[in-house]
Amino acid sequence: MRAAAQDRGGMVRRLAGRYRKRAPGEPRAVGYLYILPALAVFGLFLLWPLGQTAWLSLLHWDGLTRATWAGWDNYRDLLTDPQLRAPFAHAAVLLLFYAVLPVAAGLLLTAALTRFRVRGMTFFRTVLFLPQVLAMVVVGVAWRSILAPDGLLNDALGAVGLDGLTRSWLGDDRFALPAVGVIGTWVETGLCLVLFLAGAQRIPRELYEAARIDGAGAVREFFTVTLPGLRAEVSVALTLTVVAALRNFDLVYITTSGGPGNATSVPAYEVYRRAFETGEVGSASAMGITLTAVIFALTLVVTRLVEGRSR
Amino acid sequence: MTGPGRRSARTRRFGGTLGALCALLLAAACVPGTDGSGAAGPGGGAATAVPDPSKAGKVTLTVWDQQVRGGQNAAIERLNAEFERKYPNVTVKRVARSFNDLKKTLKLALSGDNPPDVVQANQGYSDMVAFAHAGMLTPLDSYAGLYGWNTRFPQTLLNLNRVSADGTRFGTGQLYGLSQEGEYIGIYYNKSVLKKAGIRPPRTWDEFTGALPKLKKAGQLPVQFGNLDKYPAIHTFGVLQAQAAGSAGPVRETVLGRGAGFDNEATRTAARTLAAWAEKGYLPKGANGKGYDDAAKQFADGKGAFLITGTWQLADLRKPMGDSLGFMPPPPTAGRPPVTTGGEGLPWSITSKSDHPDVAAAYLDFLTGAHACDVLTEEGVLPVVFGKAARKLDRDTAVGRMFTGWQRLNEADGLVPYLDYTTPGFYDSLSADLQGVLSGSTGPGRLAGRMQQQYDDFRKQQDAAGTDAGDGR
Repeated sequence: MRAAAQDRGGMVRRLAGRYRKRAPGEPRAVGYLYILPALAVFGLFLLWPLGQTAWLSLLHWDGLTRATWAGWDNYRDLLTDPQLRAPFAHAAVLLLFYAVLPVAAGLLLTAALTRFRVRGMTFFRTVLFLPQVLAMVVVGVAWRSILAPDGLLNDALGAVGLDGLTRSWLGDDRFALPAVGVIGTWVETGLCLVLFLAGAQRIPRELYEAARIDGAGAVREFFTVTLPGLRAEVSVALTLTVVAALRNFDLVYITTSGGPGNATSVPAYEVYRRAFETGEVGSASAMGITLTAVIFALTLVVTRLVEGRSR
Repeated sequence: MTGPGRRSARTRRFGGTLGALCALLLAAACVPGTDGSGAAGPGGGAATAVPDPSKAGKVTLTVWDQQVRGGQNAAIERLNAEFERKYPNVTVKRVARSFNDLKKTLKLALSGDNPPDVVQANQGYSDMVAFAHAGMLTPLDSYAGLYGWNTRFPQTLLNLNRVSADGTRFGTGQLYGLSQEGEYIGIYYNKSVLKKAGIRPPRTWDEFTGALPKLKKAGQLPVQFGNLDKYPAIHTFGVLQAQAAGSAGPVRETVLGRGAGFDNEATRTAARTLAAWAEKGYLPKGANGKGYDDAAKQFADGKGAFLITGTWQLADLRKPMGDSLGFMPPPPTAGRPPVTTGGEGLPWSITSKSDHPDVAAAYLDFLTGAHACDVLTEEGVLPVVFGKAARKLDRDTAVGRMFTGWQRLNEADGLVPYLDYTTPGFYDSLSADLQGVLSGSTGPGRLAGRMQQQYDDFRKQQDAAGTDAGDGR
């Protein structure tokens, strides 16, 4: 008994001692207490449902009757069924339009705008950022009418004598996906530009002066000063746009519903369609989980590659 | 009659990945296979005398419907008020949602412990058959006997609301719902456009197809059409296929799973016709990229002589076009009875967990009775069966033509159900393939083959499921 009490006393002392030995500001276990409320909410509304979805993805379930065990069937179908593979291929194409092009365009515009003084800069910045402020549904409806067979784009092409190029943009097997992609480019470019402009203002003027004294031209200046200076912003922009590209649902839903045929079906749209319209909840969940994994992996790669080991 | 697209609908609703995922996750909250929601057998419906709701005590009847469009909404509000006046002890608690919203939330509501008493569940495998299979709806056959519903409606229409006892087949077996409204695909025409081209409204199919090149030559767009939403081509194709088949029977049997299938001359002819219309410019260029609503709007603006779509569009077209709007069921080949794609509005069903099935049955009887049909007619909605009000309509107006056409189609047994009822995945594959037919990338033979394949696969799957159910339960 006494020995046990002593033991306990000793433990308390040891624990207290351990805390006392810590340098001030070093993390302590009590920190977890502070994040507990947020963690509880996060767990309840995100981790728990995520686990549920993972569980569902291992079942065949129509949403109503008793589910049957599927094991890895739903995941195997993702690899073997061309109907299920195609959406991921489409998402890869959209990555180009949603992430690569906007970042490239944003960098180019930033390079130009930091070199030359532009009158009414705030105005242009606002205009370019505007698509970000609009609800995607509004963007989709507006572009649907622009890209319609007798819409603005075809009218404009006709007006300058390019009748040969007019087509039913969203109804054409080959052009529907790029057409949806261009809408994404339009939306995301403003975001990238605003991020990069803000970042470019932090780059010390002296670096530019030094580069110029050393005789660097515009191109050299961009690659040695602007681009490295914007590393963190490029990483943020890429992460945001990659996620936007992969979880793209609203634009496809509004503009084409995955058509013509299945030319524009994307994973998020397919998840929705399978879960709510065709009653293949297991397959939809497997797709959702895979999409989550892909997004997670890609963002990880982006942060590692772009931000590098500097942090 | 349910809006620019009911089965079809797919009207764009706001939604996002997040919303979809959240809802999916919510759905996941009831872990499937652990609760017994699917195990409840068909219950209720054991009444032996016509129920008297006035003796049921204080009752609140919760009703989920999708009658949100102008005339429909007005009609159901009037009928609910009248029902409450007739039975002061009954309160009707109405929850109105658009077709799409209802379709998406109904599944969750029905699997809960407190589902509504009366719901509108869409026909077909993914809705009514799935709900009946899961034991969530009450079979109405004993009520049908008491109230005489079996003679109130044409059999072919009643059959669309039937599900087989093993819960696998559609179009036969137990009755699970009653529909109020009729709907069919007809041909709208613009009288002034036809007049300008010197063409009289066609009375036979040959006159109709003959008018198309003449209109083209006269510089008019023959048929207005937009297929960006994917479903409109199913309706147009259905009309062409029914015409090519000459009668409704064979295709209907196939849609209900009892026929030979789709790999036949009628299917190929219909596909060839559709492709030819697109190629010759009888349909607008790039129709796959034009929205359904846009096409209707342009037709109302005078662009296009004909528009082939459902009776649900009449109210919206009548307003801007007035007397220049004409309507007819697809004109039959000379000497033949009329045929077209058509069916009935969303059926009203009673849930199996309802505490007041008798009151609910009385409500269904009231909604589909003679008086209700008059109310629908007065609000400009096409009822399944006609009452006094329908007989008083001016038969020369577009509305009058719609009513006459419905009567003739039913007398001639000329209604083919929507083709997308055929299998759960038929809507997706057929709508995608028809976009291919329109753009010329899918040939008629390939289309017929693909439709047949889908049909055969599903039959096999169903036969297997039917045997399982027979042995196992």
